[in-house]
Amino acid sequence: MAWTWFHKLGSPPYVYKLAATLTPWFGWIAAALIAYGLIGGLVISPADYQQGEGYRIIYVHVPTAWMSLQVYVVMAVASAVALIWRMKVAHAAAAACGVMGATFAACALATGSLWGGPMWGTYWAWDPRIIFELVLLVQFLGYVGLRAAVDDTQRADRICAVLAIVGVINVPIIHFSVEWWNSLHQPASVMKLGSKPTMPLSMLMPLLSMFLGYVFLFAALLFMRLRAELLSRERSASWIRDLVRA
Amino acid sequence: MNGLMEYLDMGGYARYVWPAYILVIGAIVLNIFLARRALKRARAAAMRRFSTTGTSAEVPSQVGNAS
Repeated sequence: MAWTWFHKLGSPPYVYKLAATLTPWFGWIAAALIAYGLIGGLVISPADYQQGEGYRIIYVHVPTAWMSLQVYVVMAVASAVALIWRMKVAHAAAAACGVMGATFAACALATGSLWGGPMWGTYWAWDPRIIFELVLLVQFLGYVGLRAAVDDTQRADRICAVLAIVGVINVPIIHFSVEWWNSLHQPASVMKLGSKPTMPLSMLMPLLSMFLGYVFLFAALLFMRLRAELLSRERSASWIRDLVRA
Repeated sequence: MNGLMEYLDMGGYARYVWPAYILVIGAIVLNIFLARRALKRARAAAMRRFSTTGTSAEVPSQVGNAS
């Protein structure tokens, strides 16, 4: 009984309809949260006592980097679910993550570079966190490339699922890299186990708003891409015929 | 006017702050565009597959709002 919802998620027509219903809601919530985050980051929050106005890059850099990790975790979990329970919908969800993850990982590196320029005096440093974020970008690109290179969808699903699951080891490495090695990056100031964030509330709120906004944005984008995947994967399924002819 | 110029200057960090924001907003817009395009193309392909006439036809809005 408690697992009914999980079994329902294995049904492509159910997931398609659910995704279609949720997309606009998630999209508008994301738009509101990201708008507040951007305005809060650019206008409302005070300047930093050390970095002045330059620190405002945090409001786009940190959530974008979080987003890239979040996309990878969802891709890996969906892949694991797909392999363990042979759930086709989960393979489609994992496939929908690749391009999104690649763009956000690239953006995290680029905005980090723009922040590093004035603050560290260099646009690029072989810093552990930067290196592993670059590895994450390569992982996403490899995932997208591998999927495109294998013609048989089912075979591509299985190979890519294994690749995604193995690669998830990089996510904790990126998160804890600032503690495990000497890093130019500062230690965690928001997501730190057992202690409060070290940022003042006026600076923290827009950042959390951006983060939450990204969660909803990712969900809305995933729902759209998942629907596209289901439409092309299910090809001649009767539910698509009914949908098209409705 | 001076206040606005001062704000846009971002305390001398304008050439770092603004490109970072533009880049991220661009990435969000690009992702929305790509996802919408993927869905539109998949819908059109599904429509063609099930089209009785066998020719490309306008996709009815119900396909996207099946709830």
